[in-house]
Amino acid sequence: MTEFTQQLLNGLSLGAIYALIALGYTMVYGVLRFINFAHSDVFMVGAFIGYYVGRHLPLGTVGGGLLTLAAAMAGCAVLGMAIERLVYRPLRGGPTLNVLITAIGMSLFLEYTGQLLFGATPRPFPPIFPNRVFALHGVIISMNQVTVIVVATVLMIALQFAVFGTKIGTAMRAVALNPKAAQLVGINIDVVISFTFGLGSALAAAGGVLYALNYPSIDPLMGVVPGLKAFVAAVLGGIGNIPGAALGALILGMVETFVDGSRWSTYKDAIAFAILIAILLFRPAGLLGRFTAEKV
Amino acid sequence: MPKPLLALLAAIIVAFGVSHYSDSIDPYYLDVITGIGINIILAVSLNLVNGYTGQFSLGHAGFMSVGAYLSAAVTMLLGPRLLGEDGGTAVQQGLLFFGALLVGGIAAAIAGLAVGIPSLRLKGDYLALVTLGFGEIIRVVFQNIDALGGALGLNGIPNYTTVFWVYGFAALTVFTVVCLVRSTYGRGFLATHDDEIASEAVGLNTTRYKIVAFVVGAFFAGVAGGLYGHFKLTITPSGFDFTKSIEIVVMVILGGMGNTPGVILAAILLTVLPELLRAVDEYRMILYAVLLIVLMLVRPKGLFNFDWARIGARLRRKFRPARP
Repeated sequence: MTEFTQQLLNGLSLGAIYALIALGYTMVYGVLRFINFAHSDVFMVGAFIGYYVGRHLPLGTVGGGLLTLAAAMAGCAVLGMAIERLVYRPLRGGPTLNVLITAIGMSLFLEYTGQLLFGATPRPFPPIFPNRVFALHGVIISMNQVTVIVVATVLMIALQFAVFGTKIGTAMRAVALNPKAAQLVGINIDVVISFTFGLGSALAAAGGVLYALNYPSIDPLMGVVPGLKAFVAAVLGGIGNIPGAALGALILGMVETFVDGSRWSTYKDAIAFAILIAILLFRPAGLLGRFTAEKV
Repeated sequence: MPKPLLALLAAIIVAFGVSHYSDSIDPYYLDVITGIGINIILAVSLNLVNGYTGQFSLGHAGFMSVGAYLSAAVTMLLGPRLLGEDGGTAVQQGLLFFGALLVGGIAAAIAGLAVGIPSLRLKGDYLALVTLGFGEIIRVVFQNIDALGGALGLNGIPNYTTVFWVYGFAALTVFTVVCLVRSTYGRGFLATHDDEIASEAVGLNTTRYKIVAFVVGAFFAGVAGGLYGHFKLTITPSGFDFTKSIEIVVMVILGGMGNTPGVILAAILLTVLPELLRAVDEYRMILYAVLLIVLMLVRPKGLFNFDWARIGARLRRKFRPARP
């Protein structure tokens, strides 16, 4: 039982990180209907900003940690908006494949620029938040895990407010529902899309810092695997659906942690894709997505 | 004899001739030439799926790995038994290698069938993701088969790949794809690409076309994998991850979807380009990425997708005799 609780906790903190990344994928897919492959590298950039800022702030304090987190989120929001403006906007309305390839190109660009600037060797991430490990009824809890879960929950509640409680959030939902109609009622699509990218990238940056905190080494290719898995989580929950992304991420994090603890741990990386295939074959709209018939 | 068949025979004979003199070619150039040939097989076969049939597959590297592993297993495990201690004559080795490549190709085709039947119900992004997922699963499975080296991969594969094999199969791939697409039956691939609903309305079985394209594409990917394994002499599961699939997709897109000559040119360009950029090694991949983005922005229909009718009209206008 203790072990079960332990795995549950580990899965929860992994799932919370996946959720932060998955939300960016799902929001961008909601408004633009395309897979932003570069998102996983924005996540990496977030971790690196955290690394450089975090070293200059007092380590191991809540204030310093939050400040680092804020810096990474702001930096990545700007990066995300810049990518959208310079690369994706000129292709908007183009064939899906071209946009996809451009996104892949952007992803490669960020990865290899990262390798040039930061070097390819993994480096340790500074402990920016106070970290203590304590045991509760035999379950080992590290403060980092608690931090991850708390920060992710707060950010998701903030996102829920931003999307459902503000004017720009309403505009975002309108664009996701029907871009043309949204334009007709006077919504500036460019601003909304830019905002979506900024919001998604900021969440990915937070995910990057928290991921680096829990798996304390970072390198320019660190985003690839969590990025793919977070995307699977977004599809699992129903792509374009914000609560769905969070739910899918939690499920995926749990499943992965439990597989990791079992005999089949070497198949850990395959399990996400097996889930993806199963969900797409049996319920292509995802757990919370709504099924839409294709019209001629 | 029909013309395409003659062209195929001619290409195979030329490949054999060049192969005969390959000792006098600089080994570095020989490496690049072999790499180009393998990439042509991969790109042209993927073009049948992505370009002509319009099904976006990101799992080509997975099929390649199936072919690479199985053909290497045949030459490494069966080879010594069939050929004896001394390694056999050149002809025996050639026959063994041919058999191994066929086994690799057929295994990849079976994998293609197994992946294709369930996933081809999906479209666009989703299909891309499922094929990507299958590619990754194939990789993880190979990582866990200890008999095939596990995560460390397979070493000591015999060096059988020559220019003859590579370009012979490249010619066969081009021949198969071009003849398939130009045949009466093959019009169905284009119809599936252009409008699935309309094709179904006129009675074409689009699912079947998709699966045929997938299986043929996977077969040649498997053969290319076999050639690749016996060329690099060592294969690891991580060498066939989705970056490799993307590399092949980029060739197809750059060449212009469903444009075989363009795809061949793109395969050549994208194999040679990294070699040329070796001088600026640090910036190589960055430049590659930037090129990719710029090309998509500037020439969204592919680098080598020319509108021949328009070019012809322009040339005629230019060279029209001046009126007095």
